[in-house]
Amino acid sequence: VPARDAANHDADRLARVDAILDRHGCDRTHLIEILREAQEPEGWLPPPVITRIAQRVDLPRARVEGVAGFYTMLHLTPAGRYRIRFSDNITDRMQGSEALLDRMCQSLWVERGRTSEDGLVSIDTTSCIGMGDQGPAMLVNGRAIPHLSAARVDQIAELVRAQTPAEVWPPELFVVEDNVRRSDRILDASFAPGAAIRATIERGAGPALEEIKISNLLGRGGAGFTTGIKWQTTRDSPGDERYVVCNADEGEPGTFKDRVLLARQADLVLEGMTACAHMIGARRGFIYLRGEYLHLREPLLDVLAQRRAAGLLGRDILDVAGFDFDVELRMGAGAYVCGEATALLESLEGKRGIPRNKPPRMAEKGFLKRPTTVNNVETFCGAALIMVHGAHWFRAVGTTKSSGTKLISVSGDCTRPGIYEYPLGVTVQQVLEDCWAERTQAVQVGGPSGTCVSANEFRRRLAFEDLETGGAFIVFDESRDMFQVARHFAHFFAHESCGFCTPCRVGTALLRNCMDKLAEGKGSQHDLDRILRLNRLLKASSHCGLGQSACNPLVDTLKRFRPAYERRLQSFEFEPAFDLDGALARARRMTGRDDPGAHLRETEAG
Amino acid sequence: MADEKPLPVFQLDGVDVPFQPGQTVVQAALAAGHYIPHLCYHPEFKPHGSCKVCTVRANGWTATACTLPAKPGMQVESDQEDLNELRRTLVQMLFVEGNHFCPSCEKSGNCVLQAVAYDLGVMSPDLDYFFPDRPVDASHPDLLLDFNRCILCELCVRASSEVDGKSVFALSGRGIRKHLIVNSESGRLEDTDISVRDKAVSVCPVGVILRKRAGFMVPIGKRRYDPSPISDQALRDAPRPLAAPPEPKPAEPQATRREESS
Repeated sequence: VPARDAANHDADRLARVDAILDRHGCDRTHLIEILREAQEPEGWLPPPVITRIAQRVDLPRARVEGVAGFYTMLHLTPAGRYRIRFSDNITDRMQGSEALLDRMCQSLWVERGRTSEDGLVSIDTTSCIGMGDQGPAMLVNGRAIPHLSAARVDQIAELVRAQTPAEVWPPELFVVEDNVRRSDRILDASFAPGAAIRATIERGAGPALEEIKISNLLGRGGAGFTTGIKWQTTRDSPGDERYVVCNADEGEPGTFKDRVLLARQADLVLEGMTACAHMIGARRGFIYLRGEYLHLREPLLDVLAQRRAAGLLGRDILDVAGFDFDVELRMGAGAYVCGEATALLESLEGKRGIPRNKPPRMAEKGFLKRPTTVNNVETFCGAALIMVHGAHWFRAVGTTKSSGTKLISVSGDCTRPGIYEYPLGVTVQQVLEDCWAERTQAVQVGGPSGTCVSANEFRRRLAFEDLETGGAFIVFDESRDMFQVARHFAHFFAHESCGFCTPCRVGTALLRNCMDKLAEGKGSQHDLDRILRLNRLLKASSHCGLGQSACNPLVDTLKRFRPAYERRLQSFEFEPAFDLDGALARARRMTGRDDPGAHLRETEAG
Repeated sequence: MADEKPLPVFQLDGVDVPFQPGQTVVQAALAAGHYIPHLCYHPEFKPHGSCKVCTVRANGWTATACTLPAKPGMQVESDQEDLNELRRTLVQMLFVEGNHFCPSCEKSGNCVLQAVAYDLGVMSPDLDYFFPDRPVDASHPDLLLDFNRCILCELCVRASSEVDGKSVFALSGRGIRKHLIVNSESGRLEDTDISVRDKAVSVCPVGVILRKRAGFMVPIGKRRYDPSPISDQALRDAPRPLAAPPEPKPAEPQATRREESS
């Protein structure tokens, strides 16, 4: 009888997988979604499930396993019916996440990083989940729970012990706040759905694109590329299809403004995407939403359905014959690197999120080798406003080089964390005053891949010509140890490196180990020099921006907060008790050599 | 060829290098007799630029020469001390990332990683070892997989899929935990359809994919990179003549013979 039960279990399991595959039409570009859904019943992907999926999407099994092995939310070994992942940004730690994690492990008798013997629960950390203004936070089976406290942790442990299905946990646990502290043009925008699309149609695709160029709208994800030029290239590139992709893979630690935009201004985002589709001639679009924002999935699907019903998506939009455009929502599965646009496209095609080689550019060969534009959530909002109000209105605020407003995600040591929308060019000081930060030692602008500024630089401006930012603004007061901040970010990059290229794969792990060595008090001046050497190597030879910026937080803090490193050194000038070159003296005598090759090189000075 | 239109040229360390449109910098340089150190690039496969050893400076910007399309007039710097230093560090990284014990490795003398390291003058690891735990897979009757020596060049992945039509190998994990996997539910090589004659077996530049009962048949000292450095041999193996089209073509006879003999 047990054997028959097992056989039935296996048959049921594969029937469920088949149903998922049928729903996705066995489309291999949906592989991430298929794997996410197939994982639901058991909390992991057993080998026969991978085999079945591979057969039916017609891919080698190892390829499918390799995709599942890339994303942190997909599990190839049993991970428990309750998968608890504490957000592990530096701000979560500053708010006491580590003690709460220990408390939960003790309460549930499970070791961190392990699955309990009975297969009930596993507890571990995950990279920043975008709740910096309401942390510490966690994901339970992929759903976010913010505002963790000892009481909340105990409540959750009790729900797990009682094996209450996560779907029927008290809804108040899952309430995510917007915390808008300062709104301006984007967050205040409240025009009727369709207005920006109508304005685009009235201008005509060509003149509308000219308007975007005149506005000098720069990409809001952080890189700051000129939107008009990107769209023009996409429009001009030959192809039977073109695609509009909204990058909602907001993974930069300390950033959460896209979460708020998609919660409050989803229509504005879709207006921008649809306007873009009209300008470049696209018929299909995607929102690539980071897996951590699962709570936004249903509301966004509702918005898409409403817009289809209102004739703002689908065929003949606003009754313009031949203006067809629809948007598909796709979920990521836990990979920071997929915020890089070409890695995002790989993921959207159902592959490992490895950044592509350039050329070709995405505008020429993007999604499925067709011309594609990938833009940040906030960029599409800006484009929609420009269509309604015009380029000159848009340029009226901001600086000459950085037009418009920018959403800033403020977290860390301040009384009022949350979302602040300012005209570009606002000073660090202004933001600090508005969020009621006191005794501020440093601000990490733009997240770990951005810039760390200290008190004498607070007059600097958030703008593309000064402090470029995708929106993260993490405040550290005088009580914080900036070495530990940098060490934390070193761990983040090592964890998130995709592993494609040697310098980033090995370099980020070496940096992590180097910072751990310093933290243990075992470091020397040599280790500080090594950080700078690795920085040069990563900058010069990494395949993408992740590796190129992985050393930024270390170099920035070494420059500004060197004592935080130096007081950990065993000795400034490390002098080993053992004289290596001296030990070679006898060998030199025996061989009759005294040329430079017979001597150990002098240690190079930093 | 002489009466045809002259080929466009770029400058490599100040020397004119002619190229066929579509060729990358490494392809054109090797064909014209100029060596640029490289590891994951192989003349028979589409370059993907992951090892970064062929990093050059083109018009002031660093790029991988194997993926960089050659353009007329481009100024490429390669044999420069800072770039060779960078290459040495990258090779050192590959050594400390895995477990490479050359004196006891069957591939010693035939190993591309070892040969490139010697050629670049890498004398010591200079970085901290990771000492990863990577169990071997000895399940297959004729082949051994020693993952300790894997440099993640993906040549076996590409060869198995593009030449053998099998996809025996793939990559899983990410970051420093990225690793090679095989195409079977058990995860063991014996349950795949690999054969000793597969291109994926012969293409491995290091000692990961080894034939059983064939070890040390060629003595140390008589192995491929013992008589002359890899920089010489890479030039000899480069696709010729110069006018040959850059498109994929049947395996280069010279290269194939070499792979089988190793």
